[in-house]
Amino acid sequence: MTAKILIIAEHAGGRLNQSTARCLACASQISPGAGADVLVAGSQCGAVAAEAAALAGVAEVLVIDRAENSAPVAAVLAPQIAALATAYDYVLGPSTTFGKDLMPRVAALLRVGQVSDLMSVEGPRRFTRPVYAGNAIQSVEVPEGTRVIATVRTASFRPVAAGAAAPIRGVQVGAALPTHTRFIELRSGGGGERPDLQTARLVISGGRGVGSEANFRILYQLAGKMGAAVGASRAAVDAGFVPNDMQVGQTGKIIAPELYMAFGISGAIQHLTGIKDAGLIVAVNKDPEAPIFQIADIGLVGDLFQVIPELEKRIG
Amino acid sequence: MAVDVGGLSPYDWGPTIRAACFGCGKSMKKIMVCLKRVVDYNVRVRVKADGTGVVTDGVKMSINPFDEIALEEALRIRERGGAAEVVVVTIGPADCQQQLRTGLAMGADRAILVEHGTELEPLAVAGLLLKLVEKEHPDLVIVGKQAIDDDCNQTGQMLAALWDRPQATFASKLEVDGDRIRVTREVDAGLEVIEADLPAVVTTDLRLNEPRYVKLPDIMKAKKKPLEILAAGSLGAALEPSLRTTGYAPPPERQKGAMVADVDALVGALRDKGFLG
Repeated sequence: MTAKILIIAEHAGGRLNQSTARCLACASQISPGAGADVLVAGSQCGAVAAEAAALAGVAEVLVIDRAENSAPVAAVLAPQIAALATAYDYVLGPSTTFGKDLMPRVAALLRVGQVSDLMSVEGPRRFTRPVYAGNAIQSVEVPEGTRVIATVRTASFRPVAAGAAAPIRGVQVGAALPTHTRFIELRSGGGGERPDLQTARLVISGGRGVGSEANFRILYQLAGKMGAAVGASRAAVDAGFVPNDMQVGQTGKIIAPELYMAFGISGAIQHLTGIKDAGLIVAVNKDPEAPIFQIADIGLVGDLFQVIPELEKRIG
Repeated sequence: MAVDVGGLSPYDWGPTIRAACFGCGKSMKKIMVCLKRVVDYNVRVRVKADGTGVVTDGVKMSINPFDEIALEEALRIRERGGAAEVVVVTIGPADCQQQLRTGLAMGADRAILVEHGTELEPLAVAGLLLKLVEKEHPDLVIVGKQAIDDDCNQTGQMLAALWDRPQATFASKLEVDGDRIRVTREVDAGLEVIEADLPAVVTTDLRLNEPRYVKLPDIMKAKKKPLEILAAGSLGAALEPSLRTTGYAPPPERQKGAMVADVDALVGALRDKGFLG
């Protein structure tokens, strides 16, 4: 009997988040060739469903379209997902703030434990996940007969490509939805028109060494020329140089760009945890003893305020 | 004055009376904060040679930093008159009393230890916390968004699900308004604001506040505050694990790369790797 897998799609503003394609890659390792169903819970979410249906490895897209789902409120979504989940052996969501908020609520409604930040599939029921800020890797097994609920560490899986269009089916679930939690607003952060930090090929990041909000401008300029997204260390966010959604690391975003360039970032373990899946790590720091040089593929000891303008000239 | 002070000791009258003067006059009776004892933030964790866990012998143990932020937030709400009492609870071995005493020294009014000798999964912890919630009837439960040992990020959400109450995770701002809270959440897209009816569960992110330092006289005072001990088995919650941990391994190391001397060399290296066009 093939395993039945349900993936919870993440979407906003009528667009599917790339984390869904990464969850599909994880599903294809759990049950090669079987295909997974994708649930799109939203309001007026036809375009999102069509995007999901076009991904490889999708058996069917299920759509719950109702006004209550217009914003992703975990307390509202969880009972709907739990109602559908009983027909599945696996329910996977992304380990983004959306999935981290939602999936444990689903797991608890189903009275089953959750595998958080699933980073590799060792067998259909054997997985690894990082603990202690990535200082150790835990192997876990979900016993036969227990439903697998997991959040997928998206940086560990490459998004699946496009595939043949899968069927889309509207579904209705009878679950009673609470009204005790209400979405008020989303204040989007510092990304602007730049590429999205979690999906960008190239990422340029600044730390405490950048010194101020105004100084971050030179990083934005370089990023603009390279077509890169801009990230930051926790120190830079705490200091108020940039908004929270630019934080890269253990408690911020875990990313896997092809190129990561760190300027003025010393490299606390919590930061390194967020970047170690990057293809090439470049570090520029004044301090030759900065821990980031221990993991950087290319290191340059130097003043970022001299290095960045020079770099920009060479690229220009 | 329409404030119910039933069940409170005279010790709690002060904050209760102040609470009556705050905002619309309604204030919370109780905030419950859940603490976890974890390997201290500054310890460099190593995996044991036999892969059965990480080295914890002789290692400094502390309150999980996110939980410390949770307690700080509860104390600030009480101090500005928004709550009468702050109760700290933890689940774990007898040694966890140290962390509860630290919580009491920070300013919590009383503590509860649910004693249990072995590690529990977040779902079991949430089940035990639900039993405490049913016993204590807090208006608000604040917990760290994750513990820095297992990094699960589950317990708060699971408690909210079992309790059938709102959850506001990854909070960077918490405002109490009568019987509702307004929470600013750190999400991938920026800052999300939600409103929830009390009682509710809030999980804290790093930028919610900076916890206070404990002063020596407070440590002395904390020794006199009540600390109740309950046996986990006596609460009637399901403690069986759903997952099986088969081992731990050190993470794959990234090789240290090469240092370059100047920007020219850096640009050359990047071009060689196919970047910069």
